[in-house]
Amino acid sequence: MSETIRLVVNGTERTVQTVEQRRLLDVLREDLQLTGTKYGCGEGQCGACLVLLDGKPTRTCILPVSAAVGKEITTIEGLAKGNELDPVQEAFLEEGAMQCGYCTSGMILSASALLKENPHPSDEEIVSAMNGHICRCNGYPKVVGAIRRAAEKGRS
Amino acid sequence: MPEYNWPEAEKRSRIGNRKTRLDGPVKVTGKAEYTYDVKLYGMLYAKMLTCPHAHAKIVSIDISQAEAMEGVKAIRMIQEPGAEIQWADDEIVAVAAETEDIARDALKAIKVEYEVLDHFVDDENKDAAPVVNPAQEEVTGDPDAAFANAAFVSEGFYGARVIAHACLESHGDVAVWDDDEHLTVFASTQAVSSLPGQFADGLGIPAANVRVICQHVGGGFGSKFSADRWGIECARLAKIAGRPVKLMLERDAEIHVAGGRPSSYAKIKTAADKDGNIVGWASESWGTGGPAGTGSPPVPYVWQIPNRRHQHSSIPTNIGPSRAWRAPNHPQACFLTMSALEDLAAKVGMDPLDFVLKNIALTGTRSQNYADELKIGADLIGWKHHWHPRGQAGDGPVKRGLGLALHTWGGRGHQSNCELVIHADSSVEIKLGSQDLGTGTRTVIALVVADTFGLTADDITVRIGDSRYPASGASGGSTTVGGVSSAARRASLVALEQLLGRIAPELEAKPEDLEVINSTIRVKGDHSKSLSWKEATALLGVSTITATGQHPGPGRLDDSGVAGIQMADVSVDTETGVVSINKMVAVQDCGLIIDLMTAESQVHGALIMGIAYSLAEERVMDPVTGTLLNGDMEFYKLPGIGDVGELVVHMMTGPGYDERGVIGLGEPPVVSPGAAISNAVANAIGVRVPYLPLTPDRVLEALGKGGAA
Repeated sequence: MSETIRLVVNGTERTVQTVEQRRLLDVLREDLQLTGTKYGCGEGQCGACLVLLDGKPTRTCILPVSAAVGKEITTIEGLAKGNELDPVQEAFLEEGAMQCGYCTSGMILSASALLKENPHPSDEEIVSAMNGHICRCNGYPKVVGAIRRAAEKGRS
Repeated sequence: MPEYNWPEAEKRSRIGNRKTRLDGPVKVTGKAEYTYDVKLYGMLYAKMLTCPHAHAKIVSIDISQAEAMEGVKAIRMIQEPGAEIQWADDEIVAVAAETEDIARDALKAIKVEYEVLDHFVDDENKDAAPVVNPAQEEVTGDPDAAFANAAFVSEGFYGARVIAHACLESHGDVAVWDDDEHLTVFASTQAVSSLPGQFADGLGIPAANVRVICQHVGGGFGSKFSADRWGIECARLAKIAGRPVKLMLERDAEIHVAGGRPSSYAKIKTAADKDGNIVGWASESWGTGGPAGTGSPPVPYVWQIPNRRHQHSSIPTNIGPSRAWRAPNHPQACFLTMSALEDLAAKVGMDPLDFVLKNIALTGTRSQNYADELKIGADLIGWKHHWHPRGQAGDGPVKRGLGLALHTWGGRGHQSNCELVIHADSSVEIKLGSQDLGTGTRTVIALVVADTFGLTADDITVRIGDSRYPASGASGGSTTVGGVSSAARRASLVALEQLLGRIAPELEAKPEDLEVINSTIRVKGDHSKSLSWKEATALLGVSTITATGQHPGPGRLDDSGVAGIQMADVSVDTETGVVSINKMVAVQDCGLIIDLMTAESQVHGALIMGIAYSLAEERVMDPVTGTLLNGDMEFYKLPGIGDVGELVVHMMTGPGYDERGVIGLGEPPVVSPGAAISNAVANAIGVRVPYLPLTPDRVLEALGKGGAA
């Protein structure tokens, strides 16, 4: 049965009328028009649908919307402060760490969570944190480079 | 008429630099709109019922229950009773409904009765195939004599399995009718300008009435050139319902029916004389790309071996149909050829690098490029330091090895038109019906215009992704950068000539005595006479300068034909069969590079895609049911960031390369990884693992330690 569900998305309280088993991915994309979060595989394997839930990287294609109630949801649209890009976004841009860009939202959010927890990760720690993201067309080295660059920005 | 050429190296202000991509800001903020993201007012969602059998005849279809369901707005029978289905997951009925869930429920309410027929999906097993279509044998020189007189003969079997394209954004469309005769389609496509004609054909309306839009696309790799049956059906459902319809494939369909690279198997015999000169080649190949079979891989690949014989058989099967996969047939041909030649080198007892260099003249017109690149690659990977004779990788269970391969591709610029406008407020826009697959199409267009006008790329507004703009070719075969940059250069030169003609009197100079540099137009040799770009364009008053550019056209701006080499450094765990990439080196030419950053990005991407098909990717078919067993990303394996090792890219630029003009880059670097990695594994463990992908079970089987297959 459809019910009223309250979510906190990118710092704003949003209300949706839906069933609680619906995937968070569909609620974000269809009901809240936050289409930066992507459908890639539908089974939590590729990371294109990743958002932060209370700061933790979470795959929304295998998460019922009810599991997000009472938590802070951060999508890619909520990362920049107005026109000021988050350092991770800036670093991905400067490093050219994308081609088609379909995996980029999830990658940036994972990287941002990593740097919050571990501001100066080693390459091994970067690889370990990012290994669940599938990119088909750019090449991962630039992603590692971008996260290193963002970490440097944090240092300065 | 201006002189149509590229600026000399010292006069290039933007071309060849590293530019932050123009599509970057919308991609890092999630604002880039892909087809999957399009949502229109009143939009319905469509799903397709597909055939569960690999080969069957439709006996009957009953859609009455689905039609009566609340929320179902349109149903289309894609195939009628009597139709023969040639592969599992072929589309039978399409339904558009208020929500995706209703559409899924409606599919369950449709009853289709099939007469199941015999199927064949075991493509490697040529002897069991119901149909084999042999091609004419090709013979050059005297292979029999070459083998009879050879000092060394190597024989082997090699096979590359069918793989998918696995675009991260699946195929699909959103269709909306503006009225009964006018259609707009948002398509995930590599071919914005060719799609209106395809939709027009399918729907019986003029191409002029179809508008196709694609601003961003989440991967194509050769699989997104067509309107596709689901695109046409999406438009038909929209017409029936009188509402916009979205039909995007889900992951299982994407892997099974929206892309496939043909398999390629071969028995190959090679011969060398006592000094290690390659003298003979004999091969028998076969493979499938689905019901249509597949054409012969071009073997021996690159190497013009003087005495050779080749015969290919096409095997029609009931697996999903194939599509152009980056550098069609080249990765397979390269794997077959370079693996067989590396086995021959091992038989001769030569380091394959020395063996390849010794025989390099057989690679033809680009042999010097290959030789130069091999030397650079060898330094970058430490070949002479790390290479060891095959199988002599020490005593521990983890064995390290090196392998190499080389490749070629054409890549001449495609047909492209563009319109360029200089506005009186100094802004510049360029419009063309091209598409940016993320390869940097927008960025290279802007760089070319900016370089010609002495501006920066960010000063240029690039409008692409809409079929209402001047037609530009599909993005395939490494032809886009050559086509769009050449057309943009011609339009810019024409526009600049017009602008200089307009402002020359102001500077009391002849147009030909003017030059543009750093947003300034000035008299050559008398820099006191100058106008800023803004002042110059302000003189246009209420008019604009509009110029068109075409490719092909006058002057030589593009070229065709590249050489590239790759080397792989791998470790193989002989207890688990797991292959790890330590490092890959790619050395590649592509003529004049417009943007170094996106060029390197293309090569990086090709390397990870190459590692993917070398180690993991395979469409696994069930011989009993004829259906796909791994239509999901849990079992259709793709490498992550921890699986690719260190990737080193070296672009060949400068004299000898730049003056050739622009040549594309999407295909060539994806050709060699399979062969280079397979050769590295053979070097590490001392035996050839005959298949791609090099899965652990196959490695263990080659080592005589059992294995699954």
